[in-house]
Amino acid sequence: MSHHTHAPSADHGHHGEHALPFWRKYIFSVDHKVIGVQYTVTSLLFLFFGFCLIMLLRWQLAYPGQPLPLIGQFFPETQMISGIMLPEFYYQLGAMHGTIMIFLGIVPLAVGGFGNYVLPLQIGAPDMAFPKLNMMSYWLFFIGGVIMLASFFVPGGAAQSGWTSYPPLSNIAPPGQTWWLVGMAFLINSSLLGSVNFIVTIVQLRADGLSFFRLPFFVWAQFVTSFLLLLAFPPLMAASVLQLMDRVAHTSFFMPTGLVVNDQLAQVSGGGHPVLWQHLFWFLAHPEVYVLILPAMGIVSEIIACNTRKPLYGYKALVYASIFLGFMSFIVWAHHMFLTDMGITMSAFFQVTTMIISIPSVIILTTLVLSLWGGSIRFTTPMLFALAFLPMFGIGGLTGLPLGLTASDVHLHDTYYVIGHFHYVVAPGTIFALFAGVYHWFPKVTGRRMNETLGKIHFFFSFIFMNCVFMPMFIQGLAGVLRRMYDPMQYAHAQPVQPLNEFISVSAWLLGLAQIPFIINFFGSIWRGKKVENDNPWQATTLEWTAPTPPPHGNFAHPPVVYRGPYEYSVPNARQDYTPQTAKEVL
Amino acid sequence: MDKYYGWGLPIDISTHGHAIDRLINLLHVFMIVMFVGWFAFFIIALVRFRQRPGHKASYETKHFKAPTYLEIGVAVFEIVLLAGFSMPVWTALKTALPDKSKAVQVRVIAQQFAWNIHYPGPDGVFGKTDPKLIDASNPIGLDRASASAADDIVTVNQLNVPVSAPVLVQLSSKDVIHSFSLQVMRIKQDAIPGQSIPVWFEAKKTGQFEIACAQLCGLGHYRMRGFFNVQEQEDFQKWLAEQAPKA
Amino acid sequence: MSSEIRYISHPHPVTGVTNSKLGVWCFLASEIMLFGGLFSALVMLRGGSTNWPHGFEVLNVPLATLNTMVLITSSVTMVLSWASLVRKDLGKYRLYMAVTVLLGLAFLVIKSFEYGYKFEHHIYPSKSTFYAIYFTMTGLHGLHVIGGIIVNAYFLLPGSKLWHKDPEQFTGRIEAAGLYWHFVDLVWIFLFPILYLL
Repeated sequence: MSHHTHAPSADHGHHGEHALPFWRKYIFSVDHKVIGVQYTVTSLLFLFFGFCLIMLLRWQLAYPGQPLPLIGQFFPETQMISGIMLPEFYYQLGAMHGTIMIFLGIVPLAVGGFGNYVLPLQIGAPDMAFPKLNMMSYWLFFIGGVIMLASFFVPGGAAQSGWTSYPPLSNIAPPGQTWWLVGMAFLINSSLLGSVNFIVTIVQLRADGLSFFRLPFFVWAQFVTSFLLLLAFPPLMAASVLQLMDRVAHTSFFMPTGLVVNDQLAQVSGGGHPVLWQHLFWFLAHPEVYVLILPAMGIVSEIIACNTRKPLYGYKALVYASIFLGFMSFIVWAHHMFLTDMGITMSAFFQVTTMIISIPSVIILTTLVLSLWGGSIRFTTPMLFALAFLPMFGIGGLTGLPLGLTASDVHLHDTYYVIGHFHYVVAPGTIFALFAGVYHWFPKVTGRRMNETLGKIHFFFSFIFMNCVFMPMFIQGLAGVLRRMYDPMQYAHAQPVQPLNEFISVSAWLLGLAQIPFIINFFGSIWRGKKVENDNPWQATTLEWTAPTPPPHGNFAHPPVVYRGPYEYSVPNARQDYTPQTAKEVL
Repeated sequence: MDKYYGWGLPIDISTHGHAIDRLINLLHVFMIVMFVGWFAFFIIALVRFRQRPGHKASYETKHFKAPTYLEIGVAVFEIVLLAGFSMPVWTALKTALPDKSKAVQVRVIAQQFAWNIHYPGPDGVFGKTDPKLIDASNPIGLDRASASAADDIVTVNQLNVPVSAPVLVQLSSKDVIHSFSLQVMRIKQDAIPGQSIPVWFEAKKTGQFEIACAQLCGLGHYRMRGFFNVQEQEDFQKWLAEQAPKA
Repeated sequence: MSSEIRYISHPHPVTGVTNSKLGVWCFLASEIMLFGGLFSALVMLRGGSTNWPHGFEVLNVPLATLNTMVLITSSVTMVLSWASLVRKDLGKYRLYMAVTVLLGLAFLVIKSFEYGYKFEHHIYPSKSTFYAIYFTMTGLHGLHVIGGIIVNAYFLLPGSKLWHKDPEQFTGRIEAAGLYWHFVDLVWIFLFPILYLL
């Protein structure tokens, strides 16, 4: 798949590349751009697959117990019986949707895809610091993804204990859970190698003159993200090892003494702690939220600066806020665990840190909105997605407030309110930013633009349906509707709001249809898109736009030298409204 | 049942729930005000600074003072919410446990996929339990030989409590993590195997409600529904007498 | 290729390190978090336990002490092998590196005796949480030792060809491998008292 997307570069015939055989050039490539495209295409496919899982699941929520028309009959009896979904399959869909979207979709797209492709270009480097390690990251990710997909076909199906895999439930779950753990081990190591590579590249390989405070904010965001990946993922690795031991070697890390499953005393030594997993898991998974959001903020700031034609408001505030955000994200994890009886002092501590972490988020959001003031805003497709990110992330952030305070969390914990909250952050938030990035950097990667009309159709319908999907979830959550319910009609409190489930499901399917223009646009534009007139179609200032289009292996004809900050737009008394970082004099 | 539930918060029949609801309502007013104000600014900026002939972006950035005040305001508001609203309710829920002699004591033992409810009986003392004794007819492993266990009452999925009296629940789980959720009582607490967690509440109204499991606990999680019946004191006593084990 | 990746063999003028050295430091930071996660798991499990045994009562302290000596010595020979390269003495380097690899293997052999003894007595990780964490942590540490031996053996034999091409880069690689090896040693220095002596 990756070789198709990269085909145009062959047209340009950069010498030196032809020496490599096909499989070295496009499959086991060490070029950060090829790896970036491999990551992008693979993770876009995973995003689509993860979305398909939830579209299936939504049928059961909208029309519980009714056979799924047309496609239902094709599912095996372990998943659906004459089109009616089984709870086994429902819970597999839920757990794997979360896992795939986060670990195989968004993170590899935001970090592996955009980070790999754009970051070395933006800092004027010929490649990543460790190209072979980079290739290994991708292939570890790929193997991890294959293991996750294959787990659907093992007896008992894929993991079904939620993407959070809380033991003891996950300890006694069918073999799919073991596959999940092994898959996670691959993904964790892939992220680890990637983050080492990113940090070294940013610290060591910046072009001459590119000081830290001349870095585009995107690079800063990737830098902080890399530290989060580097330091937060290992505890999950530790947790996965412990759970693997519990499952395979029958240890009792997460199994307390006297466990009785199905009226049978569990044959384990006992003495373990179920909550230990939650601590290790959330120690990763809260920084993970910022791994999802920081690169998105990075992409959005690049696009906003470029399309307002003015410098960002408070660039340094953005940088400091994101560093602070990264730091704080390590000490808020237990706000996911308020109901585990952690004691007053602990919960007070984590409420305070949670309130504190909202401050840098507010600063970043405010800075980006104020950046619009005084600009000359071009409403291109990438800009529309980037702009939409702001209010969507705003809603996601605000609705975190009632969940971060223990008293209101009592009622809202484990309800659809939580689902609405974090989806506003990652779906219309991060995913919109990622779409913005695809539209923005597509011309650099392929030398062709994506179609604006299709792009705008994609945007408007996605925007409407995203909100139709997630906004009603807040109402459901307030009404007390609990998450992870195979039958939404069980409880009396859920019945009055059941029509919302139907509304959400239909909106989700329409959201799926709304992606068709994107798919057509993406693949169509690779071959048929309007060719860019020069290397810098958006008249942007950062280094990637000074490289040839598409950049050859080694990126720049001469190592670039940087003379100014990243967002020198509309400099007074300049002839053109942008001054690239490489320009010695104001143009 | 429709009189209890609708599109808003479920009915609150607890003595502490109003504080939770007040906080939720306050937060939503705050969120809406913040969002509307902020969104208005956003739209104004988009319209006013759209690209058009004759309009140029300005390099110099106007320095805004308002955001700084706004951020300080938000921080202060969060401190107020935390110290003034959230912590007092939480502390009361977690530490101000009712006196054991005055409260109705009950053990709730969760399992896949049912709620075992254990009353101490007239002697007010819970009988000994042992996981080794657990079988289909004795879901909590009650040792009927022990003296204090003779009058104990065990029900499945049926939690009855008297109105206007504090109830003290000792919550635990036999197998996996469950979450004991009484929506109308604004109570939700994870039931963790190997731990016994106290939960207390006091009902203001009688009525028939539900116990829900809020934490994914397996394939039957969705049907782990119990019945929660708040009764007048006399009715409760009568019910207890009916449930008492026959000698 | 229009430009080369910089600072592969020469340190960056500002940061003062080569890419590989910085990379290894980052990697070790994440390793600290990995073992840190396991150590905190150990603390939590032990804190919640009523019958946690004393390591010295149930584990073989003499063998572990011997192993500690072996690993510390191997760290010393690792430093000596690097120092030999700095003095441009490839022969000495080979000697010390070979000793390092052998000591690493000796550690594994001794460890396997320890494991074998436990298995003979039907003591497996599932026996108790103490043995579970003991086997998990020493096992994971053992995997790190194996990894280190593979890297060192590579630099001892095929990898040393680089010496003739770019001695500075090769010395840097040995230094980086040394950092990792010292870290593996250091983890053991923590594991030994916590598991065996407390």
